[in-house]
Formats: sequence, C-alpha cells, structure tokens
Amino acid sequence: MLEHLRPTAAALALFTLLTGVAYPAAITAVARLAFSARSAGSLVLRDGAVVGSALLGQPSSDPGRFWGRPSATTPLPDDATASTGSNLGPTNPALLDAVRARIAALRAADPGTARPIPVDLVTASASGLDPDISPAAALWQVPRVARARGLPEERVRALVEARVEPPLLGLFGAPRVNVLRLNLALDRLLP
Amino acid sequence: MTATSWIEIAACFGLLTLLAVPLGEYMARVYSGTSTAADRLLGPAERLVYRALGVRRDDDMTWRRYALAVLAFSLGGVLLLYALLRAQGALPGNPNGLAPVNPWIAFDTAVSFVTNTDWQSYSGEGTMSHLSQAVGLTVQNFLSAAAGMAVLAALIRGFARRQVEGVGNFWVDLTRSVLHVLLPLSVVLAVVLASQGVVQTLAGSVTAHTLEPRRAAQASAAEQVIDVGPVASQVAIKQLGTNGGGYYNANSAHPFENPTPLTNLLEWLAILLLPGAACFTFGAMVGDRRQGWALYAAMLVVLVPLTVGTALAEQRGNPALAALGVDQAPSALQGGGNMEGKEVRIGAVESALWATATTAASNGSVNAMHDSFTPLGGLAPMWLIQLGEVVFGGVGSGLYTLLLHALVAVFIAGLMVGRTPEYLGKKIGAYEMKMASLGILLPSAAVLVGTAAACLLPAGRAALGNPGAHGFSEILYAFSSAGNNNGSAFAGLDASGPFYAVGLGLAMFVGRFGVIVPVLAAAGALARKKAVPVSAGTLPTDGPLFVALLVGTVVLVGALTFVPALSLGPVVEHLQLLAR
Repeated sequence: MLEHLRPTAAALALFTLLTGVAYPAAITAVARLAFSARSAGSLVLRDGAVVGSALLGQPSSDPGRFWGRPSATTPLPDDATASTGSNLGPTNPALLDAVRARIAALRAADPGTARPIPVDLVTASASGLDPDISPAAALWQVPRVARARGLPEERVRALVEARVEPPLLGLFGAPRVNVLRLNLALDRLLP
Repeated sequence: MTATSWIEIAACFGLLTLLAVPLGEYMARVYSGTSTAADRLLGPAERLVYRALGVRRDDDMTWRRYALAVLAFSLGGVLLLYALLRAQGALPGNPNGLAPVNPWIAFDTAVSFVTNTDWQSYSGEGTMSHLSQAVGLTVQNFLSAAAGMAVLAALIRGFARRQVEGVGNFWVDLTRSVLHVLLPLSVVLAVVLASQGVVQTLAGSVTAHTLEPRRAAQASAAEQVIDVGPVASQVAIKQLGTNGGGYYNANSAHPFENPTPLTNLLEWLAILLLPGAACFTFGAMVGDRRQGWALYAAMLVVLVPLTVGTALAEQRGNPALAALGVDQAPSALQGGGNMEGKEVRIGAVESALWATATTAASNGSVNAMHDSFTPLGGLAPMWLIQLGEVVFGGVGSGLYTLLLHALVAVFIAGLMVGRTPEYLGKKIGAYEMKMASLGILLPSAAVLVGTAAACLLPAGRAALGNPGAHGFSEILYAFSSAGNNNGSAFAGLDASGPFYAVGLGLAMFVGRFGVIVPVLAAAGALARKKAVPVSAGTLPTDGPLFVALLVGTVVLVGALTFVPALSLGPVVEHLQLLAR
C-alpha cells in the first residue's frame, strides 16, 4: 500500500489541476468568446433590463398572456435557484388534486373553450423551469388571450404559428413554442 | 407508438453503433500502448505525468498490486473530496456565498462521486460552490471513469495474455484513459453544448425582473434569480463518464444543462458511447473482433426491447389523467403522453430513451423525473439497474461485470455438456467461478439488505415522498441505484438524513469495490493460464447461441434476485392503477 502513496497524491494533484482547473477554464474561455450570450444564460433584455432567460420558464396568471408549464418548485413556482419536478407518482392523489385544480383555473379563465386541455398545461415539468409549451397548448389559449387583449383571434394565432419550433429533423424532440418570446412578441403588438 | 417514434429509436441506436465501433478500435490502441495519432501530441505531457507520479511505464503489476493501487487512489479521492466540500465556505470560487456542505452529505457525496455513482442527496445549485463543482465533482467525474476503464483494461489483458503474472500498470492505464479518451471527447462535447445554450461562466447569479410577479400581492416575487456557472464542462464529462451527477438539481431536465433536442441527442449518445465502444475494444484486444460484436449484440438485445416498452408506456399517458378529460394523444401539435415530470422540448419518447439508457449504463443522469413515470415505464429503468449495470453499464465497469456473467454463462453451458468450461481459450476453473459469483452477488446483497433495513427502520420510512407501493419503490430504487453505482433516483425520497447518507454510502462502496477486487483477482488468475486449443467441443462464444446464453444468464440472475421485491413495488402499483 505504501508504494502507492506518492502516485496517489501526485495523480490527485495533477489531475485536479488538469481536469478541475485547466479544462473548465479553457471551455469557459472558448464559450465566452464564441458564444458569449448563450454561455451567460441566454438572457433576454427589454429596454436594457434583464426580464428573464429564453431558456427558463416564468410564472404567469394574467389572462392576457400565454401561460407556461405548471412548476413544482417550492415555495414559489419557477424558482431558478431550486429546480425540481413534483416527483409525484402517477397514482398519487396529490397529483390528481393538483391536475384538477389546474384544469379548474384554466376553465375559469376561459369558460367558452370546451376542447380538452393539452396535457402539458396541467402537468408540472421535470425542471420546474420548462420554457416551452406545445403548439397545442399555445393554440388552446389563443381565444382567452385575444379576448383579454382586445385583438382578433387570427392575429394572435398567427403570432403563435410563427413561433412554432418543429422537432430536430422532424424526428428528435417534440414541437414547441417558447413562452417568454411569445409573450414579448404579444407585448410588442400592443404598444 | 407513432411511426416517427419507431424511426427515432432506430436512428438513435444506429448512430450510436456508427460512433462506438471506431472509438472502440481507437481505445484498443490506447490500452495496448500502440501509438495513436494523439500520442505525438500528448506523448511529452504523458511522460511528464509519469515522472511526477514516480512510475515507470513498463512496470507490470500483479493483480494484487493493481487492486491496491485502485483502492489507494479511490480512498485518497474520497478524502480529498470530503475535505474540499467541508471547506468550501472558506475557499474562493464561491460567488453566491454558500455554506460548507454538512458532514453526512459531504461523506455521501464523496463516496458517490469516487465510486462513479453520482447519487446526489443535495440540490446542486443551492449546495455546491463553483469551486466544489469544478475542482471537486468534475475531477472525480474524470477519475472515477478512468479508474473503471483501467480495471477493464486489466481484465481484458487477463484474457489476452498467456502465462504471465502482470495485468498492466494502473497508473499508466489511468493516465491514458484521461489524456487520450476522456479529456478530448469532453472538450469537443462541452464546446458543442455551450454553442447550444448550455451555460458556461464563472460569474455569479443574475437577477431578472419577470414579466409578471408570482403573486400579485408580492412585488419582490417578480424577481427571478438565475443561477449560472461552469455547467457545460461538467455536463460533458458527467455524460461521457457514466457519472450522471447534474450541475443543477433537475439534472439534464434543466434547460441550462440540456436546452435543445440536439443537446438531448448528443447527451444521450454520450451516455452509451464509451460503454458500447468498450465491447469493440475488447474484441480488438483479444484478437477476435466477433467476440466484441457478440457482447454488443447481447447488450442491445436487452436494451432495445425495454426502451420500446418504456416509450410505449410513457407515450400512452396516465390513465388517471385521461379520466379527467386531459388530451394526452401525440399529434403534429403536441408530443403528448405522460407529461408529469417531463419537458416539452424533450417529449415522452426521448424521456423513455434516456431513462432506459441512463439506467442501463449506470449513468444516472435524468432528463425527466422517473418518480412520475407510469408504473411499467418506471419498472424497466429500475430493473435495468438491478441487472447489475451490465447492459452497457458504467464506463469500464459495465463490460468487466458483463464478462463475469459471460464466465457464468460458459460455466452453465459446460455443465450441460459435461465439459470443463472455456472462454477465449482459457479454461475456467473453480477460482474464476468463485470470483465471478462474488462480483455478481455482492452488489445484489447490498441492494436487498439495504432495502430491507430501510423498510424496517423508522428513519428509512420517514423519508418517503409517496404513499403505498410507490413509496416502497422509492426505497428499492434508491438502494438499487446505490448498490449498482447508477445514481438516478425516484427523487421523492428525501435521502439527505444520516440514515440514507451512511446506508447508501456503504451500498455504493460495496457495489464498486466488491466487484473491482474479484474482477482483478480473476484477471490475475486468467493471465497466468496457458491457452487451450479450440476443439470440436468448444462452445463458440461469438455466435447467436452464446448471445442467447449470456442474455439468459443476465436476465435470469437479475429476475430471480429481484422479482419478489419488484412485485411489491411497481407491479402492485400497476395493478392498483388498472383497478381504478
């Protein structure tokens, strides 16, 4: 065992410098130079102030804005310092109660729409910070948003459809709409 | 399942094979010491490392010396990481002013990262400083993977060599694993990830003023504190090294770790790449490439059907939600499926692909919350872990454990025809069989004893996040994950207390070194043997018959050991869901 003491100490020291200091530093340097906005968190600015990250979901309850995925972070939703899912099992009564409450809130904000609600609007995301909703979930909200904003439904629908990102090569991932970018575009429609 | 989903799964495994074959060949050259293209570039650096370590490249170690070197190095790693985590409050690289990690979590984490498990009983963004993440956790992501690869190289030499005592030099294998394989691959992957939006910075948190407050009454709730840090560099190696410990609590479900479908695909490939390539390294080093293909085929035969089954279960959705009038059907406008604990950009099918890959490969990173999977969707990942992390498995550790199963398979075949079993021209004797049995039984014992203890003790039961059968599944999953060095969780279980810190820590230790030591002992015994010529009675180990025997052994051992426990957890829950 004693013969291994020196190589152990030397290897830990050397590889800590190489993989723990030099490697992250080199990647940071390349990322800051080549992809400065993305490596800093894809921050979104409006009038010079940071309003969020294009990659992180935000809380929403205003009928005149698109709502994102429900978030299970505690105590407040969409907490970017405590990412988490609900971890509720599929048979857990607490999950079913939460889904019922979300359905009730969506129905109350838009009693006129009878169509079934897309699943991503009533289930909590894995990270608690999902920035996207499905195109179906965005289109479901169009009548409510249009009414609250006093806009024709077609204009709001066109806004959604212009922001649909398809799966990669039509194959990998699911179709999606970024909620923060959609809401910012909506705000720009109404000065 | 939709037609696109079938094509997607086929494309993923096709891509994986295309990348794994050449990488495996390259790794064979790395461990044979034959010069590679990288040697010209890295040769001088490598020689400097050996001088600093005070080792000679041609110093061939017996299996005992090799095993002691692995143990000494791992123990040193645990001590260093524990000290770093306890001291982080007083060290630089802590822009958000985080406190020292508490002793239980520091112990659990140190063992976890050194054993390549990366079980995390803490939330990364709220617990670990930038320094701890980079200098502590990232370093062990490299070194635990490299140690696993070194042990595999020693075992392969045991098969390839004839009548010698030595199985290689641990320090050389370790160094070459880092310099020639892990570091170059990580650099490439980290840069691509950063280009897609994975965060990489040394700055502290940013505060955003969101469009709406969380609650109308609280103006301060309109602030969103955005945690950033050196993420891309850590995500790359946590995927490639089958470590799986996320920078953020939500792991690769967090948009900053996995922002687009492209990063999801690349990170998925990175989970399986090195364990898959190891099969081809094996074939090349024992001088018979068909042997490597047979092992790779056996892995796919188990993994692909379980992946399809999980994808079917998750895309079908949760029957309990269907009853509430929720639209879960996949269409051109939504991915659909069981979306609780899943991300929209990733979708149900790729969550299933990842769940089976990360549990097959002892990676343990997640892009969806396994705790919220449908009962059958959650059963497959748990069972893949319980198979002993041999289907792909950990970097190095997957294949060396699968080779123990291969010894059992040829032994059973030998019993059937009444011949002394052989594998790759080596007669398999009582000693090798004892070592194979130990290496297979020790981790299983750690899982079942640990689960039983947790069910019996109040401290074990108090940590549950879900009631009933699902709660039992959480415990079983935790010990399966620890005892087989996977690291993923049914995360509703609160494992931050002393009971789970110590219990899971011990399970991880047994799961790692209770396999490594028997593997090296078998390697030493095999290297000493002379080769026996192939005869008409030799079982060919490169054809479908052997693949079927091997898969049968893996599945039978896994099934017989864990079916009683599984029937108390996921199976009961599935029946409850049907009975609604």
